[in-house]
Amino acid sequence: MATAQGASLERKKLMADPIMVTTIVLLITFLTLFILYPLAVLLVDSVVGDSGLSFGVFKRIFQMPNFTKAISNTLKVGFVVGIFSTAIGLLFAYVEVYLRMNKFVGGLFKVVSMLPVVSPPFVLSLSMIMLFGKAGIITRYIFGIYDNSVYGFWGIAIVQTLTFFPVCYMMLKGLLKNIDPSLEEAARDMGATRFKVFSSVTLPLLLPGLGNAFLVTFIESIADFANPMIIGGSYDTLATTIYLQITGNYDKAGASAMAVVLLSITLLMFVVQKFYLEAKATATLTGKASRGRMLIEDKSVKIPLTIFCSAVALFVIIMYICVPIGAFFPTWGYKFFPLTGKWFQQVFTKYNGFKAFKDSFILSLIASPITALFSMIISYLVVKRKFRGKGFIEAVSMLAMAVPGTVLGVGYIRGFANGVFRTGFLQGIYGTGLILVIVFIVRSLPTGTRSGISALRQIDKSIEESAYDMGADSLKVFTSVTLPLIKDSFLSGLVTTFVRSITAISAIILLVTPQFLLIMVQINEFAEKGAFSLACAFATILIVITYSAVLLMNIVTKHLGTSKKIKED
Amino acid sequence: MAKEKKGVRLEHISKIYKDPKTGKDFYAVHDTSLEIEPGSFVTLLGPSGCGKTTTLRMIAGFESPDEGEIYLGNQAINALTPNKRDTAMVFQSYALLPHYNIFDNVAYGLKIRKVPADEIKRRVTKILELVELSGMESRMTNQLSGGQQQRVALARALVIEPSVLLFDEPLSNLDAKLRVSMRTEIRRIQQEVGITAVYVTHDQSEAMAISDKIIIMNKGVVAQMGTPEEIYYKPNSEFVADFIGEANFLKGKMKAKDGDVAVLDVHGLEVRVNASKDMKVGSDYTAVLRPEAATLADKGGVECKVVLSCFMGAYQNYHVMLGNTLVKLEEHNPKNKKIYKVGDTCHLVFDPKSVHVL
Repeated sequence: MATAQGASLERKKLMADPIMVTTIVLLITFLTLFILYPLAVLLVDSVVGDSGLSFGVFKRIFQMPNFTKAISNTLKVGFVVGIFSTAIGLLFAYVEVYLRMNKFVGGLFKVVSMLPVVSPPFVLSLSMIMLFGKAGIITRYIFGIYDNSVYGFWGIAIVQTLTFFPVCYMMLKGLLKNIDPSLEEAARDMGATRFKVFSSVTLPLLLPGLGNAFLVTFIESIADFANPMIIGGSYDTLATTIYLQITGNYDKAGASAMAVVLLSITLLMFVVQKFYLEAKATATLTGKASRGRMLIEDKSVKIPLTIFCSAVALFVIIMYICVPIGAFFPTWGYKFFPLTGKWFQQVFTKYNGFKAFKDSFILSLIASPITALFSMIISYLVVKRKFRGKGFIEAVSMLAMAVPGTVLGVGYIRGFANGVFRTGFLQGIYGTGLILVIVFIVRSLPTGTRSGISALRQIDKSIEESAYDMGADSLKVFTSVTLPLIKDSFLSGLVTTFVRSITAISAIILLVTPQFLLIMVQINEFAEKGAFSLACAFATILIVITYSAVLLMNIVTKHLGTSKKIKED
Repeated sequence: MAKEKKGVRLEHISKIYKDPKTGKDFYAVHDTSLEIEPGSFVTLLGPSGCGKTTTLRMIAGFESPDEGEIYLGNQAINALTPNKRDTAMVFQSYALLPHYNIFDNVAYGLKIRKVPADEIKRRVTKILELVELSGMESRMTNQLSGGQQQRVALARALVIEPSVLLFDEPLSNLDAKLRVSMRTEIRRIQQEVGITAVYVTHDQSEAMAISDKIIIMNKGVVAQMGTPEEIYYKPNSEFVADFIGEANFLKGKMKAKDGDVAVLDVHGLEVRVNASKDMKVGSDYTAVLRPEAATLADKGGVECKVVLSCFMGAYQNYHVMLGNTLVKLEEHNPKNKKIYKVGDTCHLVFDPKSVHVL
C-alpha cells in the first residue's frame, strides 16, 4: 500500500521545522557519542587486538580465579540483596497501605524513604563499620566483642539491603494502592481469612511487581561500586574488580572485557525487567481503587508488623545519624568526649575541603540544568511527537539506566583517552571537567527522562496540538505549553541530577584528574585509609548540601510549581 | 470578518494505519473526495472507527494523507505543518492551556502572530462577547463549567480568524441538555461570522440540527453526502437509512407499476411504494419506511399483527409483523387514538410517497 506519501509528507513537515530537526540531530549525536560509542568501544576493544579478531582477552580473564570469583560473588550478593530488599519493601508497603498507622510510625516511614535519596551511596557502609566493626560502638562497647568483622559478603549484603529496600517500598506502595479493595473484600466475603486473602489475592496480583522490584534492586546491587569498595574487604565484586584491574594492574584490555561481562549481566536483567515484568506489573493492576480501603485494625496483625517495620526504620535512621555524630567524636572507637569540631576544621584547613566542595558543587551545578532540560526535551519528543529515530532516542536514554557507572567509566577511558576511535577527535575533553559533567548528565538522564515521560503521559495530547494548531512552532509549544505543565518534573530532575552528581563516584573515580578534587573521591579515600572521622565530616557536610537542595526544591515546587488545581483538571 | 471565505477540497484522500494487533495495514480513510463550499457548515457523521476524525485531523495537518491531496481554497496544503495552516480546531477535550487564564488562552494565537497588544485586547474582548463570556477574562480554565470551557475553546479558534473552523466532537463531554443549547450556539456563531466549518460527530441529531450538509462515513469511505433532508428522506443505502433515525426495510419483488406508485410483493403482501423511473418489474427492491411515516388502522393498507405495544409518553411504540418482517412504528400523540394491544390484528397504513426505495 502507498504509505510512502504519508511518510514523505511527515518528513517534509519535520524539515519545515528546523528547530526540531536540529534538536533531534543534536540529541542523537549526544546519545550516540556518549552512551553508545563508549559501550561499543568496550566490546570492540575486548575482541579486537593487535592480531585481529580474537577472544584471547576473554579467555584470559576467565582464567583469572579472582575474576570468576568476582562474578559468583556479585551474583550472590545481588540475589540476596534483591530478595531481602523486596521482602522488607513489601512489608513496609503493606503496613503503610493496609494498616492504620499512627503519626510517629508514618513519620519514620517517610524519613526512611527519603534518606537514601539525599545521602551519598556508601554512608551506610561507613556507619556499619563504625557501629559493628572492630572498634564498633555496638559490638565493642555494648557487647564487648573485639574481633567482629563486618567486611565481606554479609557486610555488603546488609548495607545494600538497607540502602535499596526503600526503593522497593516506594514501588510496591504504588502498586498496592492500585489494587481495588473490592477484590479483597470479595475474597473476605467468600470466607477467606486475612492471611488467605493476602496469599490468594493480594500476592498473586502483586507477583509481577515483586519480580520487577527484585530485578531493579538486583541491577542496583551488582552495579554498586562504593559499598563493596568500602565494606567488601577482600570480597571483590565485578565493579571493584574492574576498578582494581585498571588502577592496580593497568590492564585496560582486561578491564574492558570484564566491563563487557558486567554490562551483559545488567543489560539482560534490564531487558527482562523492562519488557516483560514492568508491563505485566501494571497490566494486572489496572483496576483503579474505586473506594478507600478498610484499614486493618486487628491487633494480632497490626502490632507485630508495625513493631518490626518501626524497628527496621529506626535502625536505618540510627545508621544514618551515626555519620554526623561520628564527625564530632575526637577519636572514633577510643575517645568520645568532649565532642570536637576539629575534623570539620581539618576538612578545610588540611585537606582542601573548600576546593573539594567547590569543584563538586560547580560541576554538579552545571550538569543539572542541562540534564533536566535534556530529559524534558526527550520526554516531549518521545511522548508527543512522531519522527524517525524516536525509538532510538527513547531506547538509548533508557539503556543508560542499565549501564553500571564503572562500565561507563572504563568505556570513557577507552573511548576518549586517545580521542574518538583513537583519531584524536575530542581528545581534548579527556581529563577535563567537561567529561565529568557529561558523565553526570548521562548518569542522571534516564531518571529524569522517566519522570518526564510519566508526567507528560498524563497531559492530554490535544493541549499541545491546540497550541500547534494556533500557529505555535515546536519551540514555542515546548516553552509555552509543555515545560510549564511539567515544571514539577523539571524541578525534580534539576535537583535529582544535582544530588546524584555530587554523590556520584563509580564512573567518576576512574575519570577524575588531580586538577579536580571531588568530595566523593575524598570520602572514599579517607574511608579506605580508615580515617573515619574525616570521612564522616566530609559526608556530613555533603548531606547538608544535598538535603538543602531537596528542601529548596520542595519550597520552590510548592510556590512556583504546577498548581494542584491544574493537575486535578 | 472581512476575510475571503475559503472552501476545503479533498481529492482521493487515503490514510493507512497499521492494526496494532495483527500488524496488517488497513485503510482508515480510503479514496475519499469531498468538496466543502466556502461559508458552509459540513458535518462528518459516522460510527466510531469510520475515519471521520482521521479526515478532520488530516485537514488540520496532524495526520498526513498517504494518497491524494488536500486543498484549502486553491492552495495544496499537504506539506504544511498544522501551525502553518489557516485552520483552527476545537477539540473534544477543549484542550485549553491550564496554566493560562481565559484571556491568555484566547489571546494565545494572536500573540504568536505578533498582533499588537491593544489590538489583541480589542479582538479578545469582542470575541468573548460573541461567545457570551465577557467578564470572565481573568478566571482560570478549571474555574469554568464544561460548557463555558467549550466556549473559550471556540473563542480561541475564532479569534485568529481562520479560513476554516474544525470541530472534533466538541460537545461529547457535555451533558445532554447543554449539548442541545451549545449546538444551537455554535450554529448561531458560525452563521454570524460566516466561516467555513467542518464538524465531526457521531450524534446524528446534532448533525441534523447544525449542518448545511452531512457527510456520512462508513469504514473509511463516504457513504452519502447531502442536506439533512436528503439524507433522511432519500438515503442511498441500508447503512445510511439505518444509521440516521430508525428504519424499517421492506424487501420484495416489484409486481407492477401504477404511475408514481410501484407495487412490491413482500411475503405475498402487496406494499405500495414511491416509484422511481428506473425501477423494473420483476427486480428485487428494498423500501425504507420510517417509524413515524405509518399508522395503524382497522382497515385499509396492509394487514399486520401487533407483537409489542408500549406507551412512551410522546408516542405509542408498536412492533408489528408484516408477514415475516418486523416493522417498528411510532404513533405520535397517542392520547386520542385507538391503542392496539399485543395479539391484535390490524392494518398498516402509509402514503406510498413517504416510502423511499433504495
